[in-house]
Amino acid sequence: MNNDLIQYLLRLGDSALIQGQRLCEWCGHAPALEEELALMNVGLDLVGQARNWLEYAAELINDGRDADHLAFRRDERSYRNLLLVEQPNGDFAVTMTKQFLYDAWHFQVLHGLSQSSDERIAGIAAKGLKEVTYHLRRSSEWIERLGDGTEESHQRMLAAIPQVWRFTVELVNSDEVEQRLHQAGIIGNPAEVAVAWQSKVADIFASATLPVPAPASHFYLSGRQGLHSEHLGLLLAEMQYLPRAYPDATW
Amino acid sequence: MRPGELIGSDRGARAAQPGDLRQAWAVLEQVMDPEVPVVSVVDLGIVRDLDWQAGHLHVVVTPTYSGCPATEVIEDDIRQALEQAGFAAPKLERKLTPAWTTDWITDSGRERLRAYGIAPPEGSSSKRSLLGESPLVCCPQCGSAHTELLSQFGSTACKALYRCCDCREPFDYFKCI
Repeated sequence: MNNDLIQYLLRLGDSALIQGQRLCEWCGHAPALEEELALMNVGLDLVGQARNWLEYAAELINDGRDADHLAFRRDERSYRNLLLVEQPNGDFAVTMTKQFLYDAWHFQVLHGLSQSSDERIAGIAAKGLKEVTYHLRRSSEWIERLGDGTEESHQRMLAAIPQVWRFTVELVNSDEVEQRLHQAGIIGNPAEVAVAWQSKVADIFASATLPVPAPASHFYLSGRQGLHSEHLGLLLAEMQYLPRAYPDATW
Repeated sequence: MRPGELIGSDRGARAAQPGDLRQAWAVLEQVMDPEVPVVSVVDLGIVRDLDWQAGHLHVVVTPTYSGCPATEVIEDDIRQALEQAGFAAPKLERKLTPAWTTDWITDSGRERLRAYGIAPPEGSSSKRSLLGESPLVCCPQCGSAHTELLSQFGSTACKALYRCCDCREPFDYFKCI
C-alpha cells in the first residue's frame, strides 16, 4: 500500500509541477498584463501544491531525498505526470484548453481526496481545492469566451482541441494503483471523477459552441507509467538545469 | 523551575510568567505581512496558536495559499521578532489543516486593508461565494459599489483585480476563500 501511495503522490505532485512549469513559460509573453499575472498565479498555486505532495512522497520514500531532490534530480522516466500537462503551450487557445481539461479533472480529484482517510492527504487536498476552484472558474470562462467569441478565436479553439484531446484518456481511465487506493478509502472513486469530468467538459463546450470529441480510448504512452512524449525531456532539461549544474547550491 | 517554563532573554533565562504568552502575541501583532505591509500576521490569521513546548515557544502558522512565496519570509520574520523580544529559539510548525480562510482576517485587519487601498474580502467563504457570481466589492478609494472585475488574479495569488466605474481607479480585492 505504501508503494501505491508513493506512486500516486508522485502522480499528483508531478502533474501539478509540470503544469505549473508550462504556465510559467508564458512569463513575459502573455497577451495582456492581467493575463500574465493570472497565468503566473495559477502556476504558483500549482507549484506550491506540488511541493506539498512531493514532501509527503519524500517522507514515505525515506531515502534521504527531499521534495526539491525529487523535483530537480529525477529523470523523465521517473516522472509520473499526466501526458496532457507536458504538451507544449502552443497558442493561447491550446494553453487554455489544456488548462481547462486539467482543472476540471483536478477539481474532481481533489474533491475526492479531501475526504481521504489519510489526514495529511485530506488536508493538502482541501487547501488545494480552494485554489483550484478559482482555476477552474477562470479557465471555464476562457473556453466560453474563446469558443463563442470571434470567428478567429472559434477557429483557434477548433484547432486546439484535437491537438490535446487524445491525452485525456489518462483522465478517464484508472489503473490498479488507483483502484487499490480507492478500495482503501485513500482516494475518491476514479469512475466518478471520470463521469463528473466528462459532464463538466460537455457543459462548458456546449456553452462555448464547441463540439465535444468522441471519448479518447487509447494512447500508446502512459505518463503514469513514466512513458512520456518527447516534450517532457526538453521541459525537464530547462527546469532542472541549475540544480543539476550546481548540485546542492544555496543562496 | 521546569524546562518547559524557561524563556531566554538578554537579561538571562528566567521562568515564564503568565503574561509571557500575551506578550508574544503582542510581538507578533507587530510582524507585518511582507506583501501587504499594513496588516500583521495575527490580523491575517496566519498565526494559529502559541504555547510552550519543551522549554520553547511553539508557534503554529498556516500558509494563505499553497504556493504563497511569502511563507518562508513570514516564518523568518516571526522567528526574528520573537528572538529579539527575548523568546529563545522559538519552534515554528507549519499546519495546513484547517485550511486558511479569509474569515480569519480580523476586523481591524479588514479596516487596515481598506485604508491601504485593498478592498477586504466580502462575506464568508461559503461555497456560494467561491463558486458563485462576483460578490459586491466596494471601491476602497471612493466607497462606490459600482465596480467591475478585471481579472481573477491581481498582484498576488490572494487578490483579484477590480476597477471602480465611478472614480476609475483600479484596485486589488482580497479574494474570499
